[in-house]
Amino acid sequence: MVKKDKVVVFMKGTPAQPMCGFSNAVVQILRMHGVDEYAAYNVLEDQDLRQGVKDFSNWPTIPQVYFNGEFVGGCDILLQMHQNGDLVEELQKLGISSALQNAEKESK
Amino acid sequence: MLPSVLRCARPISTSLALSRPLAHFRPHMDPDPSRPVERAIRTKLTDQLKPDHLEVHNESHMHAVPPGSESHFRVLVVSSQFEGLPLIKRHRLVNEALKEELSTCVHALAIQAKTPEQWGSNSTIAKSPPCMGGSKGDHTVEEKLKAGRE
Repeated sequence: MVKKDKVVVFMKGTPAQPMCGFSNAVVQILRMHGVDEYAAYNVLEDQDLRQGVKDFSNWPTIPQVYFNGEFVGGCDILLQMHQNGDLVEELQKLGISSALQNAEKESK
Repeated sequence: MLPSVLRCARPISTSLALSRPLAHFRPHMDPDPSRPVERAIRTKLTDQLKPDHLEVHNESHMHAVPPGSESHFRVLVVSSQFEGLPLIKRHRLVNEALKEELSTCVHALAIQAKTPEQWGSNSTIAKSPPCMGGSKGDHTVEEKLKAGRE
C-alpha cells in the first residue's frame, strides 16, 4: 500500500475534508509545495487499517507520511522539514518539483 | 524567509507553527498530583532522555474531549542524546519512552526534539494546529479516555 504511490498519507478524514488539525496540517503543507496528487487513506473509515499502519511503522499516531514506501514521520516532522528546506529536497528526490522551490527560483 | 505562499487561500487559523515566547514558562514545571498522565510523561522523559529542558503541555482542552482529560499532549525535549540523530530517530526515542502512555490513554503527542545547541539558537515552542473535531465520536479516543480515568 505504501509503495504504490510516491507520496502516501494516512490521515483522519480526507484531503478535501480533514477531520483532525494535525492531519490538516500535513495536507496544507503538501498543498503549499504543489503536491496535490498523492494517495490519502482515511483511517477513521477502517479500524484495521488504523491499527495496521501503526504496527507497520511502529509509530503510535496519525497522520503518517510515506515517501517511496519509506516512513518519513508525522505532522511535526513534516512541518520541520518544510521549515528547514528538507522537504523541497526530499520531493526533488522523488522527482517532484516543489511549488515553493519554483517560486523561489522565479523570484530570483 | 518563506514567501507569501504560506498564506493559504483556506486559512489555517493561526497558521501552521506560530511560536510563543517562553517568558512565562517555568523551566522545570512542578508535577501536578491531580494529573497522573502528565506526571508520568514528565518522569519518564526525564529519566530516559536526561533533558536539559523539558516542557509537557496538556492540550486536551484544545480538542473535542471532556474537560480534565489527559489525552492530547505537546512535549518539548532538549537533550544532548539527540545530537547527530535525524528527527525521526529523536521522535522514536520519545515514543519509546512513552510507549505505555501512548498505547493506553494518550491519543495525540506533538513532539519537538532539540539538541541543546538548537535550543540555544531558537528557544521557542511551536503551536498546535486548531482541532477539527476528529476526536468526537471516535471510539478509539473514548477507550483511551476511559483508560486514563482508571
